[in-house]
This record gives sequence, structure tokens and C-alpha cells, in this order.
Amino acid sequence: MKHTLAVLVENRPGVLTHISGLISRRAFNIESIAASLTEESDTTRITIDVEADDELELEQVVNQLSKLINVIKIINLTAVDSIHRELAMIKVKANPHTRSDIVDIVDIFRAKIVDVNRQTMVIELTGEPSKIDALCEVLIDYGIIEIVRTGKIALSRGPVPAKDM
Amino acid sequence: MKIIGAQAVIESLKNEGVEVVFGYPGGKVLTLYDELYQADFHHILTRHEQGAAHAADGYARATGKVGVCIATSGPGATNLVTGIATAYMDSVPLVAIAGQVEVPLIGRDSFQESDIRGITTPITKHNYLVKKIEELPTVIKEAFYIASTGRPGPVVIEIAKDLFGEVFDYQYPEAITLRGYEPVFAGNEEAISKVVEELKQAKRPLVFVGGGVHIADAAEEIREFLKLTGFPVISTLMGLGAVPGNFEQNLGMAGMHGTYAANMATTECDLLLGIGVRFNDRVTGLLEKFAPAAKVIHCDIDPAEINKNVRADLRVVGDLRWTLAQLCKMVKELEQTELTERVTDWNKTVQNWKTEKPLTYEQRPRQIMPQAVVEKVSQITQGDAIVVTDVGQHQMWVAQYYNFTHKRSLLTSGGLGTMGYGLPAAIGAQIGLPDKTVVLFSGDGGMMMNCQELATAAELNLPIKMFVINNMVLGMVAQWQRMFYGERYSHSSIKGKTDFVKLAEAMGVTGFRATKPEEIDEVIAKAFNTPGPVLVDIWVAEDENVLPMVPGGATLDQMVLEG
Ligand SMILES: Cc1ncc(C[n+]2csc(CCOP(=O)(O)OP(=O)(O)O)c2C)c(N)n1
Repeated sequence: MKHTLAVLVENRPGVLTHISGLISRRAFNIESIAASLTEESDTTRITIDVEADDELELEQVVNQLSKLINVIKIINLTAVDSIHRELAMIKVKANPHTRSDIVDIVDIFRAKIVDVNRQTMVIELTGEPSKIDALCEVLIDYGIIEIVRTGKIALSRGPVPAKDM
Repeated sequence: MKIIGAQAVIESLKNEGVEVVFGYPGGKVLTLYDELYQADFHHILTRHEQGAAHAADGYARATGKVGVCIATSGPGATNLVTGIATAYMDSVPLVAIAGQVEVPLIGRDSFQESDIRGITTPITKHNYLVKKIEELPTVIKEAFYIASTGRPGPVVIEIAKDLFGEVFDYQYPEAITLRGYEPVFAGNEEAISKVVEELKQAKRPLVFVGGGVHIADAAEEIREFLKLTGFPVISTLMGLGAVPGNFEQNLGMAGMHGTYAANMATTECDLLLGIGVRFNDRVTGLLEKFAPAAKVIHCDIDPAEINKNVRADLRVVGDLRWTLAQLCKMVKELEQTELTERVTDWNKTVQNWKTEKPLTYEQRPRQIMPQAVVEKVSQITQGDAIVVTDVGQHQMWVAQYYNFTHKRSLLTSGGLGTMGYGLPAAIGAQIGLPDKTVVLFSGDGGMMMNCQELATAAELNLPIKMFVINNMVLGMVAQWQRMFYGERYSHSSIKGKTDFVKLAEAMGVTGFRATKPEEIDEVIAKAFNTPGPVLVDIWVAEDENVLPMVPGGATLDQMVLEG
């Protein structure tokens, strides 16, 4: 099963190396990782999507990450009501014949067109990763030139921040 | 106080109570070495940086204090790596200070630049690269705090060369805040009462002690707990000495080269109380079939150890000194005989295993048996020595045949199994405990891996008694080749022309040799009666196996008992 972890870390040099190093040497199955600034200047928040077969495997990931000196707190957002989002930009081939079809698709997905020229379009979509997968799937027929995705970020619903959970 | 970075390092070391450092100079630490000289700080010059790291490790294991080593950037620091990894695997508190190229030169493949922080990330508890002088005191304070608290471990501090000469306003911080690091001491009392409930239910309980007991300094507590409960006890390699070897309830070491009684008890017990153990593959045999009938209780300070290898039915996370004291307290509240009486049958069974198949070896008329050497040294030292080993067959024979009676009396590379560890670690131990007898057992292979440190021992006139168990082979490798590779001895013979007595003498160490069984008593006695460092080259049978042995992938009760 997939779990989304919010990892709060001290914003110090080398902290990302420590995290990525640990993930690879313990052979944890990480599907996505996204780091960003937070409401506190000395804290970085890393959202990690991890695949774990069972509770024990997940517990190992959490315990090992917690052992890193600069890791302040880890919250499993899969276990609480939370919102999961990813941002993608997709550059797709678009000529005068296909353009309106693509616009239709973009509308259906509530995506946005952020760049158009004679040969291509860039589409921006924010949503659950599965929604982005679905859009990419449909666009394959038109010829995808390149895709970039931020990796998933997640936030709990309700008033309590991860640091106080 | 306005001082330069190098002075700040020394002031900080003094603030941390550091009495001695082990190191080797070089370009990027010249300013630091100049200050060591001027401050007349106690520094031990090893002959290789690996030696410095292992010596600091041996010092730390023997004394319980933080070991400190210093090396220059690049090759100096990479030479520390094996020593740091060794300390990491055995949770040894170590602070390694390495020079780094000047700040403006970092990242340009400058002369003697290597990314030590990157290299040591997977083998340290934490590491730092200091590029701003103001951060130096805090970093050093943090490093010592992290290395020595919770589950100890090595911390690396890389310091850019220009910082050593930079003047700044030095102040050693009184307190530090690490938001992500709160080592636990006291655990959950409720968990302890649950443990006691399990102890009351168990018909075939077994206590299993590991190196964590030494690290937590909880040998007295574990001994008391065993007396109160009457339960039998087994040990890992790292746990030896926590319970005296000749204590009746002690079944000895478990695992690949464990005793028959210890491995049988593990297989048959219905409750296994693991205390400061990691359930490493060398001790569990086939993991799925480990302690198949047992409920497992795991007590450790590191929550990440629980359920890492063996699934625990109950856990107690906390400092073992707290855990064991708490356990003893609750057990004392029980009816005096409540626990001891339940286990009388079980104790008879385990004692039978012990007497039925004790550790044995066959004497040979014309060859010295390595086990006999260990037994003899054990007898002479009365268990009152710090015993250091290298890695291989001799290490296992020491574990099996030396009667350890004191806590922290065996220093050995258990987790990483580092050949070359023994001699420098013995040097560190002797520096830390000058009045103790320090004994080293090494193989003829491992002795060569850091034999340059004989010069260090000689220079300092350290009275280490070194026994080279010379079988002219890489014994442990040869044993596997004999047992599992059709006796194809690929590159395991080291019948060179090395003369260990001459080697010792060339370095300034007294050398003796024994080649016949009738010589060993005398030569061992002579070694202990000769002042200063002594190396005894003991020619032993070449084809002896360490037995019992649980072959890789087998269960603990599938021991090979005889060769
Ligand atoms: C640095 C290092 N290299 C290789 C090994 C693999 N190894 C384990 S035991 C052993 C043989 C050791 O031979 P020796 O030092 O003569 O000791 P003996 O086994 O004969 O007692 C070897 C090569 C190791 N543990 N460490």
C-alpha cells in the first residue's frame, strides 16, 4: 500500500542528502519526493510517497527516517483526512487540426493551456497524481514531447498543522 | 575570547573533557597541529589514519568515553572511513575531525579534496562540514552530544582549512537545541508491566543479552535480574562479559558459532527476552525459523531496531539501565519463588544440553591448538583483562573459550567484522586504561593489515600482550572453502616468509615464538612477565574448524558439531 508522509526537517545544509541517502541504502520503495519551504523559515517540509507491503515495513521507514538528527517530525497523512496534489506541465504536439480536440480534453480535465505556438501547446494541470496520469494517457495519441511533474504534496484538512499532530 | 579556529577546536575539546586524541597530520590540519603542539595537548600519533580511528574506537569501548581522531583532508580522511564504519556498526561514540580544503576551493577538485561528508553519510550518526567559523563551537558541542547520547555512534566534523587560522570571538555554547533529536531515557512503565505478565506466563523463558547492555552500562542490572528470575541466559558476541562466562544460568554465545545449549534453548524457548540485541543474521540463522516457539520481547533504546529483523510481540523502548532497573523492581514485588519455580524443569533441560554437548576440541600431540592458547590466557588473566580481537577464526575461539567476567572486557569488531581492527583498538584501550592488562588476539592475516601500529605501541611502550594465532592461512576463509567449496583453497594460504618475531623486533616490540604444545605455557607466562609490548607468534594447527557451526541459511538447531 502507498503511504504519504509529511516529513518536517530542519532547514540545514546536507539534510536532503541525508534523507535521500537513507532511502537508497535501506532500499525503501519511494515513488515521489518533494521538498519545499514552509511557514517557518528554519523548517523544510518533505512529502514522501512510499510503497510499503505492511505496517512493519512502513514502521521501519518512519523509524529510520526519524533517527536522522535533522528530522523533526513525521506524519502519515494517509492515516488522516488530507488533500493530495501534484502539478504537471505537459508539452504536446498541436497543429491546427488537432488543436481544438486538445482544448476539449483540457476543458474536461479542468486543466489550463499556458503556452501555444504553431506546433505545440503546454498544458498545466494540478490534481491528484492519478488525474495527471489519466490526462497524459489521453494526450499520448497527439504526441507528448515532454512532461515535468513536481511530485506530490499533501496537507491535512482541518485546523491542526502537521507539526502539532 | 578572541582566538583562532584551531585554538577554538582545542578549547572545545577541553570543554568536552577530552583527554587524548588519536591522529595523523597533513596539509589541511597543519594549523590545528601547530596549536596542539603549542597547547601541549595529549595526541597519539598512529602510523596510519585507519589506526587512529580504530584506536579512538578502542579507547571509547574500553572507557565508555567519546573517542576522538583527527586526519587531514582527502586521503587522510578516506583512511578513516573503515574505522568510522566499524564504529557505526557497533554503536561506538566517536568524533572524527577531518580537514577540508579552503572554502573558496571546495567543489573544484582541489588538491586533496574529497567529499568526506558525502562519503561518510551512510556510516555516521551525523556529520558536518563547517564553512563558517561562528558555527564551529556549536557544531563541536552538538557532535559530542550526538555521539554520546541515545544510541551512540560516530560523528564526523569536516573543517575547511582557512577556518583554523581565522580569528573570531570564541564562546562555547552552554546548551544546544536540536529540534529533531531527543534521546530517550525512561520508557513506558506500562510496557514493563506487560513484560512482567509475560514472564509469569512463560514456561521456557530465555534471556538474550547483546552489546547494548555494555553501552548502557547495565551489566549489574542484568545480573540482578537473572538472579531474581532464575532464567537461563544467552549472549551475542557483543554481549559477552555482561554476564560472567562461568555463571550457572549462562548458556554462552548463540548464533553461527554459538554453543549447542544456547542454540537449542533459542529454538525451544517459549519466551525470548532480547535486551540490547539487533537480531543480526549471524545470530538468528534462517530468520523465518528463528525462535519458532517463542513470544519475542525486545528491549532497546533505538525504536528503529524493533521489528527490523525479528518481529517483536512486545517492545520496551528506553535506556536499558532504566528498563532493567524497572524490571527488577517489578519482579521483586512478585512472590519470591513465583518465577523461579515455574522454570525448574526448563532449567534442567538447558543444563542437560550444556553438559551433554559442551564446547570441545581435540588435542593433537604435535600441534598447538588455538583454543588451548585462548584457554591458557584466560586462566592466567583470570578474566581480569581487556581482551581485544581481530576478525576470523581466532575471534570466535576467543568468544568461545575465554571466560569473560567483566563488563566491557571484550573489544571486537562484531557488526562490520573489520580485519585490522585489533592492534590499533588495543592501543586505544591501553591508552584509556593504562593500569589494565590489555591482551590482543589476532590472526596472521589480520595482524598484517595494521602491523604498522606495532611502531606506535613500541614508541609509547604500551604493555599490550599480543598473541598472533598463526595458522598460515586466512583461517575463516579456508574453513568455508573446506566446508562449502570442495576444499578449493582459493587465495587463502598465506604461507609467506613473514617472520612475526622479526617484524615485532624491527618495530621495537619484544617478540617470542611457540611452535610446540609443550612450549605454550612457558611462552605465555614469559609474555606476561616481560614489560612493555610483547608479540607472541604461535604456530597453530592449520586445518582446525570453528565449531559448532550453523551453515548459512540453516536454522539454529542444524548445527555442525564435529569436523
Ligand atoms: C578488511 C577485511 N577483509 C576481508 C575480510 C574477510 N575475512 C574474514 S575472516 C578472514 C580471514 C582472517 O584470517 P586471519 O587474520 O589469519 O585469522 P584466522 O581466521 O586465521 O583466525 C577474512 C579474509 C574481513 N573480515 N575484513
